[in-house]
Amino acid sequence: MRIRLKGARVLDPGNIDGFKDIIISDGVIDALMDPCIELPPVSQSSSESNREVQPSVYTPENDSITDIDITGMVVVPGLIDMHVHLREPGHEYKETIKTGLKAAAKGGFTAVCAMPNTSPVNDNNSITAFMVSRAKELVNSSLSSNDSTRGSGVCRLYPVGAITKELKGESLCEYGDMKRAGIVAISDDGRPVENARVMRRAMEYAKGLELPVISHSEDINLARDGAMNEGITATRLGLKGIPNAAESTVIMRDIALAELTGASVHIAHVSCEESVDAIRNGKKRGVKVTAETAPHYFTLTDEAVARYDTNAKMNPPLRTERDRQAVIDGLVDGTIDIIATDHAPHSPLEKDVEFDRAAFGIVGLETSLGLSMQLVQDGRLSFGDLINKMSKKPALILGINNDLKVGNPADITVIDTNSFWSVNPKTFLSKSRNTPFTGFSLKGEVYMTIVGGKIAYQRD
Amino acid sequence: MRFEHKDLLDIDSLSVRDISMILDTAEGMKEISNRPVKKVPTLRGKTIVLFFQEPSTRTKLSFDIAAKRLSADTISISSGSSSIVKGETLIDTAKNLESMNPDIIVIRHPSSGAAELISRRVKASVVNAGDGLHAHPTQALLDMMSVREKKGRIEGLNISIIGDIAHSRVARSNIEGFTKMGAIVTVAAPPTMIPKGVETLGCRLAPDIDSCIENADVVMMLRIQKERQETILFPTEREYSMLFGLNSDRLKGAKRDVLVMHPGPMNRGVEISNDVADGEHSVILEQVTNGVALRMAVFYLVAGGMKNAD
Ligand SMILES: [Zn+2]
Repeated sequence: MRIRLKGARVLDPGNIDGFKDIIISDGVIDALMDPCIELPPVSQSSSESNREVQPSVYTPENDSITDIDITGMVVVPGLIDMHVHLREPGHEYKETIKTGLKAAAKGGFTAVCAMPNTSPVNDNNSITAFMVSRAKELVNSSLSSNDSTRGSGVCRLYPVGAITKELKGESLCEYGDMKRAGIVAISDDGRPVENARVMRRAMEYAKGLELPVISHSEDINLARDGAMNEGITATRLGLKGIPNAAESTVIMRDIALAELTGASVHIAHVSCEESVDAIRNGKKRGVKVTAETAPHYFTLTDEAVARYDTNAKMNPPLRTERDRQAVIDGLVDGTIDIIATDHAPHSPLEKDVEFDRAAFGIVGLETSLGLSMQLVQDGRLSFGDLINKMSKKPALILGINNDLKVGNPADITVIDTNSFWSVNPKTFLSKSRNTPFTGFSLKGEVYMTIVGGKIAYQRD
Repeated sequence: MRFEHKDLLDIDSLSVRDISMILDTAEGMKEISNRPVKKVPTLRGKTIVLFFQEPSTRTKLSFDIAAKRLSADTISISSGSSSIVKGETLIDTAKNLESMNPDIIVIRHPSSGAAELISRRVKASVVNAGDGLHAHPTQALLDMMSVREKKGRIEGLNISIIGDIAHSRVARSNIEGFTKMGAIVTVAAPPTMIPKGVETLGCRLAPDIDSCIENADVVMMLRIQKERQETILFPTEREYSMLFGLNSDRLKGAKRDVLVMHPGPMNRGVEISNDVADGEHSVILEQVTNGVALRMAVFYLVAGGMKNAD
């Protein structure tokens, strides 16, 4: 069974940019060919210039090919969201591995990293193994058996292990054992590692295992009781504020610790100007620091809280216009390497309450590409830059090879860059609906997500 | 003339005309409290729920008396009472209250925005009796009423507010209200008690109490809340009193006919000295009296009292 994606522009930044047909066979990319060239008999094609590796053996059984015409679309390496909360195990009423991975596929992601703050916490190999096997099970349970191009609708899952047991910030988890079970990074996300000495040891130890450390940078004493950004909107609404310094001071600390230990640190959800400056400085000093921001930080400001809208409550909080611009500048000059979502599903139980009692976080998987495409529409990022930030850079940090190259797994995202659509939470595949983007009109939409050679999502 | 609002949630959403109408109505109501029989049948048959999720005796009493003088039936529900089950959400509570068919719900709640949240879920009129750090509109209105009564106007007056502006819903509502009515509001406090961008509320920020009081027509002192001390806002009450407490010496910097106000309850000897609290400039007790009349006016207006009086 082979699939041929026909007629699209193929863009793999630094690798390919042009009109190519892609042949997928047995879940891997079998060929990238100039269009209008007749598909050669597989057994004779090794000398063809646009065939890069030894092709699979030609037999009549696997010669059947399904053509998928995607003229006008852009094919890119599968998007990877390295910051997602899937809620399973423990809070399945908000999201499950299944619904989360389906929402991710709909958002164009071929892989996501699941943060460890589940219940129980992913702080040992058995929880990691559970997540990995649950995801594998979902991949194997094919939805439509009569259409062999269709997958089960989910994307890949890469678990992130906890830095400290039960996220308590005290003792280190068995990173080596957990890495064997499948973790690709470590983080206590949702909470900072308060004790600098513990963070130092975690970085040193993780360095030996080549695991990046993802820092949820927050001084919880400075942020305590805060419900939104400290600023004039909080003053007007009478809500307690979270200052920028609650984030930037811990980023500065973790950059200093990365410099001390030589470890790789990745700064999660950068929201403000001071943080961007700190990371820019760290990079200048040669520290192995990378950083991500989320679409809400470059799209909204704290004014979105307006009349106590709990769907505009997240941690770190939405900041000011000045911070929003600084985050965009950081993306443009490369200080911020990655766009991740911090997808944080919550039910009305946590959101349909008083603002200061509402949970932090919003869903993001199904709006991320559309919102991020606005940076391209606005001329701030090239489309290639965007794909770097949503696909290539996360792959690099996590040690995943998702290049569009013959022999690689066919993890592919197909984007309709000219499509206009508007955000309607009722259509979300995520179990939760907590988004501040309801009704947003966006240009640029996921057309198809292919995971391991099977179509995980296709727009109607 | 007609009062267009179903609810009274904050000062921000009131126009100058709305505020004037409330103050005018309150002046009329004040006369009722001076009668031998202090009761009119205006709201007979109406039900007013007093839903207080924060300890408060004075404000609740003031609302209760106001309702009774208008012949409304009142039901009191507080966090300790059996009708509020622990763990029940505010929205569930609102739905429960709604099923009792009240005409007006008076709510006090520790979360900013709680009154607005309730108002979106119920058909009854909602009167905010204080939500978190956000708003306390009836307090600000009764303060404006007291000032207008004594001074004959609000426009052009210098109003000084001293104390924990950051954690005071009274300050927020008063800054917005007096500014809206044309007064010049100046605030002062240790910087730990000044919220970011306080000027955007419409006031000016003075560096110390003396420059704040200078030439003031009204000096309003805010309660220093000892229970907030764990947030490390100032070293000691002694030092607070020394730097930001009001005493008769300091008051000399204000106009000769200055009014001294305090929303109560006072910490005598901390934010305000005994002699000033009980002195000739103090209108603190009149504030309490006006509170009842003002709340009667608010009930009357949100219940649609002016609708037939165009
Ligand atoms: Zn986080």
